[in-house]
Amino acid sequence: MSRHSPFHERTAALCTSYRWKEWAGYHAVCSYDTSVEREYFAFRHAAGLLDASPLIKYDVRGPDAAAYLSRLSVRRIDKLAVGRVVYCCWVDDRGHVIDDGTIARLDEDAYRVTTGEPELWWLEQNRRGYDVSVEETTHRYGVLALQGPSSGAILSAVTGTDLTGLRYFGLTSARLADRDVLVSRTGYTGDLGYEVWVEAEHALPVWDTLMTEGRAYGIVPAGLDALDVTRIEAGYLLLGIDYKSAPRCLIDAQKSSPYEIGLGWMVQLDREPFIGQAALRAEKERGSEWALVGLDVSWTALEALYERHGLPPSLATHAWRTAAPLYDGKRQIGQATSGTWSPTLKRNLALATVRRGYDRVGTRIEIETTVEYRRHTIPATVVDRPFFDPERRRS
Amino acid sequence: MAHYDAIIIGGGHNGLVSAAVLAKAGRKVLVLERRHVLGGAAVTEEIYPGFKYSVCSYVVSLLRPEIIRELQLPRFGLEILPLDCSFLPLPDGRSLARWGDAERTRAEVSKFSARDAERASQFGHAMVRMGQLVRPILKMVPPSPGSMNPSQLLDLLQLGRRFQGLGPEGLALATKMMTMSAADFLDEWFESEALKAPMSVSGIIGTFQGVRSPGTAYVLLHHYMGEIDGAYRSWGFAKGGTGAISNAIADSARHFGAEIRTEAPIGRVRIEGGKATGVILENGDEIAANVVVSGVDPHRTFLGLVGEEHLDPDLVKRIRRFKMRGSSGKVNLALDRAPSFTCRPGDGPHIRGDIAIAPSIDYLERAYDQAKYGEFSTRPYLNVVIPSLTDPSVAPPGKHVMSCFVQYAPYRIKEGPEHWPEKREAFGDTVVDTLEEYIPDIRDIILHRQVLSPWDLEQEFGLTEGNIFHGELSLEQLFFLRPTADWSRYRTPVRHLWMCGSGTHPGGGIMGAPGWLAAREMLRAGGV
Ligand SMILES: Cc1cc2nc3c(=O)[nH]c(=O)nc-3n(C[C@H](O)[C@H](O)[C@H](O)COP(=O)(O)OP(=O)(O)OC[C@H]3O[C@@H](n4cnc5c(N)ncnc54)[C@H](O)[C@@H]3O)c2cc1C
Repeated sequence: MSRHSPFHERTAALCTSYRWKEWAGYHAVCSYDTSVEREYFAFRHAAGLLDASPLIKYDVRGPDAAAYLSRLSVRRIDKLAVGRVVYCCWVDDRGHVIDDGTIARLDEDAYRVTTGEPELWWLEQNRRGYDVSVEETTHRYGVLALQGPSSGAILSAVTGTDLTGLRYFGLTSARLADRDVLVSRTGYTGDLGYEVWVEAEHALPVWDTLMTEGRAYGIVPAGLDALDVTRIEAGYLLLGIDYKSAPRCLIDAQKSSPYEIGLGWMVQLDREPFIGQAALRAEKERGSEWALVGLDVSWTALEALYERHGLPPSLATHAWRTAAPLYDGKRQIGQATSGTWSPTLKRNLALATVRRGYDRVGTRIEIETTVEYRRHTIPATVVDRPFFDPERRRS
Repeated sequence: MAHYDAIIIGGGHNGLVSAAVLAKAGRKVLVLERRHVLGGAAVTEEIYPGFKYSVCSYVVSLLRPEIIRELQLPRFGLEILPLDCSFLPLPDGRSLARWGDAERTRAEVSKFSARDAERASQFGHAMVRMGQLVRPILKMVPPSPGSMNPSQLLDLLQLGRRFQGLGPEGLALATKMMTMSAADFLDEWFESEALKAPMSVSGIIGTFQGVRSPGTAYVLLHHYMGEIDGAYRSWGFAKGGTGAISNAIADSARHFGAEIRTEAPIGRVRIEGGKATGVILENGDEIAANVVVSGVDPHRTFLGLVGEEHLDPDLVKRIRRFKMRGSSGKVNLALDRAPSFTCRPGDGPHIRGDIAIAPSIDYLERAYDQAKYGEFSTRPYLNVVIPSLTDPSVAPPGKHVMSCFVQYAPYRIKEGPEHWPEKREAFGDTVVDTLEEYIPDIRDIILHRQVLSPWDLEQEFGLTEGNIFHGELSLEQLFFLRPTADWSRYRTPVRHLWMCGSGTHPGGGIMGAPGWLAAREMLRAGGV
């Protein structure tokens, strides 16, 4: 049985499509409307308001918190300033990724960690010897992701503070609807966006104020389906879909290192020991077997394929996550794990894992696709990620 | 003196597309635009402070996705937001909203006719099938019907095959589409006026014909060929107004190396020895180029910039007969708040799409009757959109812009077109009066009004007779007949002078296809 988010009263009333799914033990809206379009475009043109309360949260406190988190993470956390957030991943002894998420430094000795799966076991297991406490606080806070070009203007209006100056991955406290909230400039849409953190019992007035004041700026409540399209355009990974959490894998072949899922850039090898350091160093020297890439699947080829069947080209309006094999001639060289038609770019995008040697931008490979129950392959090209990267995301 | 590979006359979106394609292929390109802003009929202007009007065109559907991709338009700011609803308010208090969601539409239509509600999706399917037939034509340079050139013959053959592939039923439907009036054609499918009237208007937009004029059914099809999402979709707004489309194309062109100048009106194409060798600006400056590409309409190109003395009299005659006949105007409003319709009060998704004032076929035909005799319709067909509800960037928070496309407003009013300036405000009043029947307090919330008659469209935007498509999109003026049978392949009788505007195949609308096809044809032919 899933639980209700602190915003449930509001989201349930608005969700006329009855399209829900389970997210980390919560009911979460897929799309409020029967179609995902309006919500997607709100993220890209105005502002979408997404209930992100199910995000798993741990508060880590104590004098050793920085050292402890640094030992756990592939990047240094001890240098993280108060009021800053980082995106990060965690690996096991063998350098296989367990999870990815954010770490925010709330205070001198207080951090908030978010993860995709429950990882308390792991945080607890590695706590020995550090003067820290770890507490799951998922249920204590409501989280709203307000994402899109007008998100900054809305938040500034409702908090009465100019938040447009808040830097990318910055964090600040503010007053909203007479409540204390935290605002971080973070998100999963690859656009200008913020997350608002509020204690659960104050959740509803915060939602109401945002919705009322946001109206003039085109605010639209948005669900996970729209988010999924934007996160693929932004080239962001989804745990469990684009890679698997090592401790949850049945066979080694399902596990990945940060290098293999495009997160090699965040690994900081030369520092105090951290979990997975030796394995990652060895892999860095050896080179990785796999790489995560962005694919542009040829629309012209797809159109021609449909044409051969006498059909107009058709695509789902939402993102897909049923993996598709990739080929170089007859040889299977990897798989596309999720993808979407990008309404903004007019391109057919996919995230894929490919063998070493197929990851250079411009490499042409083939992807399997089915039209009228028949299997075909069509060309796809390795392209840069993010696929869509508006300046406003960081500026 | 500077020398270019190509000079493009006019910075309309088609001229800009041509410029970008040529520049991307490494050519040295110069675009010269008469006005102070780029975009031609696809332009956003802040006529009233804080309110950005899409002054002329207001929705986009046909902009080719291959252009968006190849010219990397999203990178240069292009974002298109789909319209999810077509709303028809009725004076008797009823209303019909048609949605992207088929079930929701069925429920709405069944208030008028249960039978029509079910037929609507079948009609959609039939149109998609017809669209499939016509769509490749949009991507192809028209073959000359009499040509013996093998590649052109092949194109014709393939077209023929497509028609054959339709089978008898499909062929019958195709033939009906090409010969019937929009009203008759829809009569074969539907019984309720509330469905037929707003659907029929797509057959007459930009033409000087009525919904009962034969041949208008064909243009209905264009509505099913919109390609917002690569698949067959209908209409959308460009974020920032339709000018954002032109600006994105211009930025792409600049990125590939094209040079663009505004406030640079061209007086003449320089012709030496029967060949175009450059242009002469109105201020007398001459600029040389290997080829000159005209993005302005065929009238203006041949009779204005080239001059009859360089043309065969027969061609002059045919160009004169090419129907321009502007029939529409535009009223743009700045509103203090979102309007509320009596029949469905308050804000809501129903006013976020396009809103048609087209209560019945008779209403539309009556509007045309007045136009036939040189008057603007006292109760015109209106196509209204309020883009600021979807794209808050075009108006201050809480305020709105309302765009009203108005038909009929004949260019040749009986007093003579030059008398339009005296009638302009009366024409604007008519539009507001019409709106008032559905939005009683509209007058109280209007902060500013801009009225454009066909005369204004001609004077300000260089559209001959105010024709929004550089010539009517009627069957006898399309494909290998656009603008004339001999010169439908972007070439002209003047060597090194090309055309790339809406007056060439596949025609008007924010499609970019004429500019795209023309530039590619030039590159294929060589000499640029
Ligand atoms: C009121 C109105 C509403 C419309 N609504 C829609 C709509 O909603 N959706 C849609 O798809 N289409 C619509 N259209 C049609 C569409 O806007 C046009 O078909 C299209 O924009 C034409 O593009 P173009 O590049 O071919 O020509 P234009 O946009 O006409 O460009 C020609 C350019 O040449 C310039 N020029 C002219 N003479 C000279 C000269 N001597 N020297 C230099 N420059 C010169 C002009 O200033 C202009 O910029 C509408 C048009 C109008 C007028």
